[in-house]
Amino acid sequence: MFIHIENVNKSFPVPGGEVIALKDINLDVGEGEFVCLLGPSGCGKSTLLNAIAGFSPPTSGSIAINGRADAARFPGPDRGMVFQEYALFPWMTVAQNIRFGLEIKGLPKAEMNGKVDRLLRKLNLYEFRERFPKDLSGGMNQRVAIARVLALDSPIMLMDEPFGALDALTRRTLQDELLRIWDEYRKTIVFVTHSIEESVYLADRVAVMTYRPGTIKRDVRIAMPRPRDSASAEFNALKKELAKLVMEEQMRYTQTEIQGYTAD
Amino acid sequence: MGAAPFRGILNFARGVVIPLAVLALWQFLAMSGWVNPQILPSPVQVVARWWEYLRPTASYSGGSYALWLVSGELPHDALASLSRVVGGFLIGTLLALPLGLLMGASNKLYGLFNPLVQVLRPIPPIAYIPLAILWFGLGNPPAFFLISIGAFFPVLMNTIAGVQHVDGIYLRAARNLGAGQMTLFRRVIVPAAMPYILTGMRIGIGTAFIVVIVAEMIAVNSGLGYRILEAREYLWSDKIIAGMFTIGLLGLGIDFFMNGLNNWLLKWHRGIDQN
Repeated sequence: MFIHIENVNKSFPVPGGEVIALKDINLDVGEGEFVCLLGPSGCGKSTLLNAIAGFSPPTSGSIAINGRADAARFPGPDRGMVFQEYALFPWMTVAQNIRFGLEIKGLPKAEMNGKVDRLLRKLNLYEFRERFPKDLSGGMNQRVAIARVLALDSPIMLMDEPFGALDALTRRTLQDELLRIWDEYRKTIVFVTHSIEESVYLADRVAVMTYRPGTIKRDVRIAMPRPRDSASAEFNALKKELAKLVMEEQMRYTQTEIQGYTAD
Repeated sequence: MGAAPFRGILNFARGVVIPLAVLALWQFLAMSGWVNPQILPSPVQVVARWWEYLRPTASYSGGSYALWLVSGELPHDALASLSRVVGGFLIGTLLALPLGLLMGASNKLYGLFNPLVQVLRPIPPIAYIPLAILWFGLGNPPAFFLISIGAFFPVLMNTIAGVQHVDGIYLRAARNLGAGQMTLFRRVIVPAAMPYILTGMRIGIGTAFIVVIVAEMIAVNSGLGYRILEAREYLWSDKIIAGMFTIGLLGLGIDFFMNGLNNWLLKWHRGIDQN
């Protein structure tokens, strides 16, 4: 398996105890597969993604990347990450942001320029290459963030609610763009979202997670061919099935919130 | 057509009405005979004295015309003060920047240095004057010493805060893109902290400008601070006021320059754009 997650546990110390964020997670992602982690707030889906990214390694268990055991203990350019907050460097222009990872890799200048230019054109950013992130819309910024990760040629793309802050139309445009990119570059994608619709629209598989402790509740395969029609009966049946699973967890989340509030 | 230029004129008029009224009142008071002109000279008298102070003392006799133009007393004093501000500021900043970056980035170094910094920081630079004279005598060395202290702490404190406040998401993104410690520091932490650092530098050069005037009044015998204190001994109140306005204009110029530097270096920053 390309990403092999075995018995992963993760706990955080909190005042007066600890929170078990992830419990006995076992998940396999095949090469070129598009997997969504779906669940309500606090289900640990971002924690799991951060563990794969190497930002916050698991307390126990192992995450192997392409057969290399514990390859995910440190962050690295083999697992490019796209953040919800874009995380572009605001002091760099669009082109400089895309270039950053290539400069670290130490690519020859000509090759670097060619690559940055190709990506700028591919993501319709060429006219904006000298702009700073603050002068671009959220959708544009997220395009830059995707281009920055594509520049790394990393086989794996990790995406943490990348389109969560965008309006519905921009979101759909970028989803389609992402599917095209995924198709063209054959990336393995692990995509965190709390949008049921988004997961059905994008993924090969949706791993629904439980609220505290975070476990994999159900691993649902989405076999519909792409492009998917979000108005079709099949699409909506899947949405309904997933919604039922997610809402059970959402209820537990809400109850805990209320209890936590009244306990204070 | 019509509205925009008219608004411009109106804004201009609004801007000058109070200064003109103050000048008129001042002139009236001075001419009324109610106040001793040696205590409060009239604006006209001040401007005349200012011109005396500014213009070349000898008539032009060949050589560089530009040099002759600035051969008066005021340009010399202003240049002396300015070079002290810039020199002292650079010394203070060049010491504070690396220390601040290191203290901000390393908890260990912060723990080592912070107690000393906290003890020394509240001492006003002016309180160092006796020690500065004792150590360095009179002249430029104590002035540079005092001014660099004035610039040192604001730059240091802001640099530390700037590094400590770097948003963790930039660090995560950079590490994800393969950045090592040096790249992280040089290309992420330093630029991300730049808004704080520049704020510190602005405060620092402002403090340096206050300190230079005081230092010149006490430890040096040239510069604008020295000149206005010297003028007091001769009861030249017009020259004192002319000197004060010169100091004000110089301060304004420094501020203008720092502002420009700020806008240029932070053109990427949100909230800097005027439009």
